[in-house]
Amino acid sequence: MVGQRRGAAIEIAGLRKQYGRDAGAVVALADIDLSIAPGEFVCIVGPSGCGKSTLLRILAGLDRQTGGSIKVAAEGWAVENAMVFQESGLFPWMNVEANVRFGLMTRGVPAAEAAARVEAALKLVGLTKFRHHYPHQLSGGMRQRSAIARAFVTDPAMLLMDEPFAALDAQNRVILQAELVRLWEETRKTVIYVTHSIEEALSLGDRTVVMTAQPGRIKQIIDVPFPHPRNLMTLSASPEFGKLKLDIWRVLEDEVNRARAEAEK
Amino acid sequence: MKQKPQKPMSDKSIERLLYLISPIGLLAVWQLLLMAGFGDRRFIPAPSDIAVRFAQMIGSGELALHTAVTLWRIAAGYVIGAVPAVAVGLLMAMFRPVRLFFDPLIAALFPIPKVALMPLLLLAFGFGDASKIALVAIAVFFPVIVNTYVGAANIDKIYWDVAKNYGASQTVMFTRIVFFGALPMIFAGLRIALAVSFIVLVAAEFVATKAGIGYLIWNSWELLQVDVMFVGIVTIGILGLISSALFQEIERKVIPWKGE
Repeated sequence: MVGQRRGAAIEIAGLRKQYGRDAGAVVALADIDLSIAPGEFVCIVGPSGCGKSTLLRILAGLDRQTGGSIKVAAEGWAVENAMVFQESGLFPWMNVEANVRFGLMTRGVPAAEAAARVEAALKLVGLTKFRHHYPHQLSGGMRQRSAIARAFVTDPAMLLMDEPFAALDAQNRVILQAELVRLWEETRKTVIYVTHSIEEALSLGDRTVVMTAQPGRIKQIIDVPFPHPRNLMTLSASPEFGKLKLDIWRVLEDEVNRARAEAEK
Repeated sequence: MKQKPQKPMSDKSIERLLYLISPIGLLAVWQLLLMAGFGDRRFIPAPSDIAVRFAQMIGSGELALHTAVTLWRIAAGYVIGAVPAVAVGLLMAMFRPVRLFFDPLIAALFPIPKVALMPLLLLAFGFGDASKIALVAIAVFFPVIVNTYVGAANIDKIYWDVAKNYGASQTVMFTRIVFFGALPMIFAGLRIALAVSFIVLVAAEFVATKAGIGYLIWNSWELLQVDVMFVGIVTIGILGLISSALFQEIERKVIPWKGE
């Protein structure tokens, strides 16, 4: 499943999402323009309610935009995208193996090929021994690993991740972040990663998109200058990392305060 | 389970003992009162009389015959009622038109006491097994369809999203997501249906049949064989107990994710 080709290029132009009509309308997303290069790892941060999850859901085909366009150059890829959800979304009635195989089963991948790919994916996330366990028998970290395996096994052109590690404890989060970066460095899929943690965005991505709340707009796009392969522990201890984090926090702080003032009006 | 220091008698065995005290105590008081001369043993048999009659009827094969007839009617009616109920319940959750079609029917028919349909069913299916099987099927259908629908409609939204994002077709959605997601509630419905099927069938067997536990009970009332009546009642109780235990075992096998 490790290919040298890079993931899809994504071109988002004038994207808008609005709930309801006329006076009662709530604009969740407005004027979203974003070009993502093949194989890029883009993180999206923003205050809660800034529509970052909505953007991801539209990209995943789970929601439809009110206006604007999305072009995903995924020619030659069997699967355009796969999403890793916040709380894993593993089916409780399937064991790890069946969960990981799900996206292959739905697409009619021949059994022998599916078995080999599942095997490789399980190995990739270190869950081979737990293949017959049910989700309720796994720790939170193992559940998210299974969810990641389920996404990677379909070999998607882009990977959509919605705060996948938010529910984990700090140690597990760091371990899984490092694993994800390693997987991405090997496979070079296009990744769009939504998080509310600046630190996470800086550790993982090539670029960080900062969004504003209500309506969700792109406030700023920041290039993350740290080269790959990355060591997340030494990276987060470096002064450049701290400075960048502070810069982004200042941008975000305005937004958080504005959103709060809006709410109290 | 937490590890506890070993005591001469663990909490669990005390609990088990308490569990048995009330039924055994009741039987003992019943027996002693009759032996002391309170009540007429021709009308109110003592537990020992019932036990003797029970053994006799097992020996003669009479009890086995009635039990077999009743169990066959329950099994056939149960399957005929439960299978379409599960299928339609799932379809109701998946497709709005299906729900709109069946909702008023269920709302109108569910509250009707199903035993009230017996004369109609006798007209339609005659005096044989078919009318009893039909009654059981109808009685089973409603609790199962309602539970299935509620279970399927309340599946966490994230599972629909995941299935959709990972390319699930309607068929996969139906067989791999909605069915399994609803399975714990389906089982709750099947359990209720099991109790209901015993209730309606015994009542139905009171009339227009010459075999079955219900017939045994009603017939012994007409002949004033009160001990036989009790044998019938006890048999129903035992069948209920066994089927419910069996059910629990099946549930544990079929829903391994329901947690320990």
